[in-house]
Amino acid sequence: MTGDPIYTEMIIEYSKHPSNFGEIENPDISQHDSNPLCGDSIDLQIKINENKVSDIKFKGKGCSICIACTSVLTELVKGKDLDEVKKIEKNDVLGELGLEHLIRTSPVRIKCALLSLKALKYGIYSYFIEKMKDEKSAGNLKEEATNLY
Amino acid sequence: MQTALSLETIRKDFPILQRKVRENKLLVYLDNASTSQKPIQVIDAINDYYKNQNANIHRAVYALAEEATEAYENTRTKIAKFLNVQKREEIIFVRGTTEAINLVAYSWGRQNVNKGDIIVTTEYEHHSNIVPWQLLTKERGAKLEYIGVDDNGELILDQLDSYLETGKVKLVTFSQMSNVLGTITNTDEIIKRCKKVGVKTLIDGAQSVPHMKVDLSKLECDFFAFSAHKMLGPTGVGVLWVRKEVLETMQPFHGGGDMIREVHKYETTWNDLPYKFEAGTPNIADVIGFSAAIDYLNKIGMDNIRNHEIELTKYALDKMSKVKGITIYGPKDIAKRGGVISFNFHDVHPHDVATIIDKDGVAVRSGHHCAQVLMERLDVAATNRASFYVYNTKQEIDALIGSLNKVAELFKL
Ligand SMILES: Cc1ncc(COP(=O)(O)O)c(C=O)c1O
Repeated sequence: MTGDPIYTEMIIEYSKHPSNFGEIENPDISQHDSNPLCGDSIDLQIKINENKVSDIKFKGKGCSICIACTSVLTELVKGKDLDEVKKIEKNDVLGELGLEHLIRTSPVRIKCALLSLKALKYGIYSYFIEKMKDEKSAGNLKEEATNLY
Repeated sequence: MQTALSLETIRKDFPILQRKVRENKLLVYLDNASTSQKPIQVIDAINDYYKNQNANIHRAVYALAEEATEAYENTRTKIAKFLNVQKREEIIFVRGTTEAINLVAYSWGRQNVNKGDIIVTTEYEHHSNIVPWQLLTKERGAKLEYIGVDDNGELILDQLDSYLETGKVKLVTFSQMSNVLGTITNTDEIIKRCKKVGVKTLIDGAQSVPHMKVDLSKLECDFFAFSAHKMLGPTGVGVLWVRKEVLETMQPFHGGGDMIREVHKYETTWNDLPYKFEAGTPNIADVIGFSAAIDYLNKIGMDNIRNHEIELTKYALDKMSKVKGITIYGPKDIAKRGGVISFNFHDVHPHDVATIIDKDGVAVRSGHHCAQVLMERLDVAATNRASFYVYNTKQEIDALIGSLNKVAELFKL
């Protein structure tokens, strides 16, 4: 296929063998999200230790783009400080898979790619607001999530 | 095709079929169950109306208004003939199948369905033949029941009998052809069983009328609904047919202009049928466009269309079943299905399939097809669906198969 490739070896591989697939016992963050249009649906679970992501797992049903991007996101996030995690942007995820072009070429499929990042931002927001009662650290995450796509 | 028109001539009438999509690929349009493309005759008719005849109907006395009214009303007569309906006042113009069914649920339903009554639908209905009945039965304290679908994609009619035996069923409502499985419903049998116990029937003809001959003088149903846009006509026009004895008992759906005889401060009398059910300025231009669509279908002949689709579907089923990792849904017997084929690849999401084959210009639908109850029954989140019409060719099916093989290869199935 010419042009902007989507179905690269890496995407197919991730969709068949996702990273960090599964569940965590007693997670600190548990966030569900879905795309009504295509039915992609994921559950992210995160364990926080000393303001770091000590573990992250996901479960869900989705297309290969959704599963591959979620896999990459969990790899990016694992072990990182929450302050860094908060700064993760669209292209950090898309870039890993060569999918930056989706922003331009596919307003439909970009939603599949960014579903997990949206869930992550919501999840961390709720964690700071509800668990830590720390509005300052929660910052703009909710707006960022809402406006992601 | 055994018709006055060759497939080549037909294709030339559809401007959109000449266009290129994506990377300079000729469009292969296989989403006809969703909406069909429009021939130039339909596009011209709408254009001509706006250019030369545009006026509101049924009111003014000047020349334009008379012409517009005549063109609009001639369409009603044409549709009556097309469906072999003797009384043209039984034909009501609506926005589409969805509005037709909602009209019945709102008007007839609220007058006739009471606490404890049962409405029976089926597991392979479009949301438009489920949700209006959920709204009605919840409001009236009635119950909604489903005729199940067997593993061959056909309705389990024994279940209908057990509902009818309760003596509480007010209406049985079902589509004449499933928009997902392509199953052609055993309509005569259902109506026969309902009539025996005096139960009314509604047929959703959205998928059947465009693809096979429908004769309403032979079908003994009470309500029949379909949309113009799936049969070469424009969007925003559809038909509700109601048997006159039933229509005469029904209260209006929308109130407003055109549906009245006399309006006083606190009382109104209704206009004659069918105008009582056509409040407000209707979609005049598109009704006139619909007329051109029916002319076009008549020119080809509905039996020829059905035969053409049988041939395409046979060809497609045979080739598709050889693609690695594919599952095809619906009846195996070609006599029991229309030109709709739903399929899935093992472990590949339908949206991935649709995106990959879209690169080759092949347009198929992916998703739940507004039939989530059926998706649950099939135990899938979504399917891919290819659906055919008069202008589709075997070469286009070959293009589909080529693209599907790419999917299998890419995902190493
Ligand atoms: C079987 C069936 N019923 C109803 C509808 C709804 O038709 P419309 O959207 O034109 O109202 C459709 C089309 O999507 C259909 O396939």
